[in-house]
Amino acid sequence: MELLCPAGSVAALKAAIENGADAVYVGLRNETNARNFAGLNLDDLKLAEAAAYVHKAGKKLHVAINTFAHPDTWQLWQHAVDQAVHAGADALIIADMAVLAYAAERYPETELHLSVQASATNLAAIEFYRQYNIKRVVLPRVLSIQQVRALARSTDIDLEVFAFGSLCIMAEGRCYLSSYLTGQSPNTFGACSPASFVRWEETTGGRLESRLNGMLIDCFEKHETAGYPTLCKGRFDVDGERYHTLEEPTSLNTLSLLPELYKEGVKSLKIEGRQRSPSYVASLTRVWRQAIDSLLTDPTAFEVQPAWDKLLASISEGSHTTLGAYHRAWK
Amino acid sequence: MTKESIQPLKFTIGPVQYYWTKQQMQLFYKDVAASKADVVYLGETVCAKRRELKFSDYMDIAMMLREAGKEVVLSTMTLLESPSELRELRRYCDNGEFMIEANDVGAISMLQEQQLPFAVGAAVSVYNHVALRQLLQLGMKRWIMPVELSRDWLSNILHQPLIADVRDCFEVEVFALGHLPLAWSGRCFTARSENRSKDQCELCCLKYPKGRQANSQDGKKMFVLNGIQTQSGDRYNLLNDLPSMHGLVDLVRISPEPEHTFYWLDQFQQEKRAALPQGDCNGYWHQLAGVNQVEVE
Repeated sequence: MELLCPAGSVAALKAAIENGADAVYVGLRNETNARNFAGLNLDDLKLAEAAAYVHKAGKKLHVAINTFAHPDTWQLWQHAVDQAVHAGADALIIADMAVLAYAAERYPETELHLSVQASATNLAAIEFYRQYNIKRVVLPRVLSIQQVRALARSTDIDLEVFAFGSLCIMAEGRCYLSSYLTGQSPNTFGACSPASFVRWEETTGGRLESRLNGMLIDCFEKHETAGYPTLCKGRFDVDGERYHTLEEPTSLNTLSLLPELYKEGVKSLKIEGRQRSPSYVASLTRVWRQAIDSLLTDPTAFEVQPAWDKLLASISEGSHTTLGAYHRAWK
Repeated sequence: MTKESIQPLKFTIGPVQYYWTKQQMQLFYKDVAASKADVVYLGETVCAKRRELKFSDYMDIAMMLREAGKEVVLSTMTLLESPSELRELRRYCDNGEFMIEANDVGAISMLQEQQLPFAVGAAVSVYNHVALRQLLQLGMKRWIMPVELSRDWLSNILHQPLIADVRDCFEVEVFALGHLPLAWSGRCFTARSENRSKDQCELCCLKYPKGRQANSQDGKKMFVLNGIQTQSGDRYNLLNDLPSMHGLVDLVRISPEPEHTFYWLDQFQQEKRAALPQGDCNGYWHQLAGVNQVEVE
């Protein structure tokens, strides 16, 4: 069972490897990846440096090229595939069927993983992507553990699941909420609720308002921790009731599901967070390494250590975590 | 470029996105039969628990609409999560009579296997000419463009040589009136709005035939909650943008709402330009935030 950690920089990548990641995933510094944030990700030189470092440690490098190609700049996505392969990537994480076809045909030896952004939530969808020779599929965070189990038992394609990090509650790659409010979405721009549209304003009453492109996403009292205005984590009014209409600010944490995921043969546990700091990556990699090692030592005796949960909660959005859709009651 | 200038736009009635009673559905489709719509999309696309109409009921309505001279397409589920949902999907794909609108690649997989023609729905991520050409080779006859794309983006795709060469082999449809389907989740937001989980939803969507409005704390319309689907708070309305569709678009979709669907169908078919009502938006078509309303010269 692979521990796959995020890195938005070479420093974060080193932190992941030093603390026990089996593989690290990165993106290129442009809109070909779904964490297209200013100052984040790797250019050509850094990508080569990253590959060399990871390989020296005997680990793997995955490169996410997981947005959808624009018609007038299609070459940028082709180039991203070329770049990643030439830098020595062990796997490419791709969402767009156009990019998949290009990579499969041009580099038949390169391992292809179907990105979560391709939104393959069922067996028939996974079968569709088989024509591009995918080796692995990253499952969307909308599935329950029962649904993950059913898939694991019916396909021979490797499964990767999200284990920890920010919780996307919509079927990934098919959510246009961000472009509805800002004109930019994960699919078209590589970012959700982009930072350039965020405004914080203190009201006369001392409350703090968070806005996205002028639209009020939430309003915080002094005692509340103000969260980033990701639009699906805001508080809105529905017939006079004000609440987190879609989802609370919270992070996904599947530590307690580890034995089940292991038993079903899930190949890889993905940690979200390429936008996070090296120290964040270091501390959560350490926890997950310990948890997986403990699991592999004796799967029947696995217990979540309170210290792990405590540390993960402390670095989570809203300081608490959830099993998300894996747990049916969340739905 | 024979398509330009000669072909008039065709108008379609999209699948009902909300959960209506069987009676309301049957009345609605009687009106559709009597309307001037050219094409009708039929079927549940949001939630498998919505079973007021069963497969056989939809087939009956489909036959009735065909008798009335409509082209009928069966729309399928967007977010498919379980083996039982796939079995139901297969029944639709095996119907033997009507073309399928595939709203998930899972449906495309089944149709490709059977070498059946299909329409690719707006929730399938097709953002460029290369992907579009692949789908064409797999059997796509009609493409409903993702709702977040603009006229410029569409024009850019259609004018790439890879597509321009085969432009006569498929049709292009644009979602042009109604609340935009923007997201699908594992979670049911209508059930959540009633403090229930999805498993205990008690089919509460039936109480909200136009979904539930979610407003920002300063009273602006944000979203409409429609079960596991989240829609735009504002209604999308491309009435005044019809002139910019000629020569580019083949079909224009009107999405059913509980009221005024046929009024708008009529306005669209007659291209009656008018100032858009407040609360209508058309930003996406103009490559802006979807929520924007742009005045068209």
